[in-house]
Amino acid sequence: MSNKLINLENITKIFDGVTVLDNLNLYIRENEFLTLLGPSGCGKTTTLRILGGFENPDEGRVLFDGRDITKLPPNKRQLNTVFQKYALFTHMTIAENIAFGLKIKGKSKAYIDDKIKYALKLVNLEGYENRSPALLSGGQQQRIAIARAIVNEPKVLLLDEPLGALDLKLRQDMQYELIRLKNELGITFVYVTHDQEEALTMSDTIVVMNQGYIQQIGTPEDIYNEPQNAFVADFIGDSNIIDGLMLQDRLVEILGAKFPCVDEGFGVRQPVDVVIRPEDIDLVKPEEGTITGRVTHLIFKGVHYEMEVAANGYTWLVHSTDMCPVGEEVGIHVDPFDIQIMNKPESEDEEASVIEE
Amino acid sequence: MKNNMRKWLAAPYSVWAAGFIIIPLFVILYYAFTTEDTAGLTLANFSYVLTKENLKALGLSLWLSLVSTVICLLLAYPLAMILTSRNVSQTSFIVLIFILPMWMNSLLRTLAWQTLLEKNGVINSILSFLHLPALNIINTSGAIVLGMVYNFLPFMVLPLYNILLKIDKDVINAARDLGANSVQTFFRILLPLSMPGIVSGITMVFIPALTTFVISDLLGGSKILLIGNVIEQEFKQTNNWNAGSALSMILMVFIVLSMFVMNKYDKEGEGTIF
Repeated sequence: MSNKLINLENITKIFDGVTVLDNLNLYIRENEFLTLLGPSGCGKTTTLRILGGFENPDEGRVLFDGRDITKLPPNKRQLNTVFQKYALFTHMTIAENIAFGLKIKGKSKAYIDDKIKYALKLVNLEGYENRSPALLSGGQQQRIAIARAIVNEPKVLLLDEPLGALDLKLRQDMQYELIRLKNELGITFVYVTHDQEEALTMSDTIVVMNQGYIQQIGTPEDIYNEPQNAFVADFIGDSNIIDGLMLQDRLVEILGAKFPCVDEGFGVRQPVDVVIRPEDIDLVKPEEGTITGRVTHLIFKGVHYEMEVAANGYTWLVHSTDMCPVGEEVGIHVDPFDIQIMNKPESEDEEASVIEE
Repeated sequence: MKNNMRKWLAAPYSVWAAGFIIIPLFVILYYAFTTEDTAGLTLANFSYVLTKENLKALGLSLWLSLVSTVICLLLAYPLAMILTSRNVSQTSFIVLIFILPMWMNSLLRTLAWQTLLEKNGVINSILSFLHLPALNIINTSGAIVLGMVYNFLPFMVLPLYNILLKIDKDVINAARDLGANSVQTFFRILLPLSMPGIVSGITMVFIPALTTFVISDLLGGSKILLIGNVIEQEFKQTNNWNAGSALSMILMVFIVLSMFVMNKYDKEGEGTIF
């Protein structure tokens, strides 16, 4: 893939004695859509603000195209930010908002007018030049905030939970808009969100963060199918996380039953965490299952049914398009490649420690 | 039904406003356009009060109020900016320090300044003890401006602090992000966005400064007459209520005019009564 545009090296940030980022290392490639994903307080927004220049790290360096920009103020950086609450200038018209950065740079009026037209077309808000931002809907304000940022032709666009305040339908539409924009502009997007679905839909690379540490870096498929620890598995989608015992290569004991799997190299009789996605569990006839249990809950979710199956002392979460009524005796079968084995963390520190890509 | 109840809630204030605001205004109006000697309406009071000295007092009042307002603005704006950039616990303490003098009677505070600034007052005693030349501040325009700024500064700080607090920090960040340096950000973003606070601050300082007679009385001596002192004299010494009312009317016109001008700069209409 293309070269590394931004390097965050050993970034540490402490607010009022609380370590928000602890020795964070991350690189961002040119033209990728990178998402910082994690629960609130995980340090993702702080990371973005350090990139934008609104916070200074207590330790570490930020390299942009090989140049150290750690101490550079925001107005000297070749990147632009789309803020969570849009942060439009309410005393200006839409056109004046978009023109702000270009006027500061002393561009000609003709050039600015051209750019305003182009940007409004790009975000599908042609003809809105003379309106006031206060009169726009949330989604429209968001698009103006994006237009205001991209007319400056930044190399990187930073987006801080830009869809957080929008309703579900609009959010989904804007996700496709953002992907389209990214492809048309051909620039790097760094996106912050706590919404795993948003991250999976849009990103080339997802960085899962928790408590100031990076938990896993990978493509959406990697993150979803091969979570590296219980936190990632739990945070991305629904999952069954069960204590297991690795009996030997390719065989794991879960709740007293032996399940064949595809993982090797965990040693013999080694305690592990086992992750099984709810949609990867097949409910079969009792005699065909690896273990048997009874359906205790059934909810219709639209695309699929969500069921809970009590088996061997664990409540299994199962997603299936086939319905099994509550009370029915079922067998549980999982294909070997659908079982994900993870080392148990030895301590909380290790759980949160940096994982190299 | 509910609406009717709401209407009745306004009744106590309506009575108050009618009794203590509307009626007195009409009384002043009546006095201003009548005299004791002649019957019917007359403009005699106005021609009587439009003397050179009175116009000078009015001009001086406008000028000193303007100077005091500008000084208050220049002192209060940076202070309000500092206050909003601090965390909450520090802020409430600093705000308290600025509000604290307001807990004391303004007359007392102005008297204190008189004692400090007098020819043989505290400040000059200290200066002469140090063999420094004495300051001749008391009974000058400077002393009056000092008194005005001292008394009215909190009224400038509070609206500015409130408006700056309301401005989203990310709006400032956005301006910086789009390439503006701190000076550009101040003049193009912060200043226009804080206009409603500036307008209400100016209104709350300029108008009391324009009408004061206590501060000019105590710190200006009898040498410097402001329009407030002239009105006071007409009522209390000359006992000419008609002339005093006419002067009050003229002053009111200037106040309404000044508020009208301020209102033009306050697009959001938060600051003034219009």
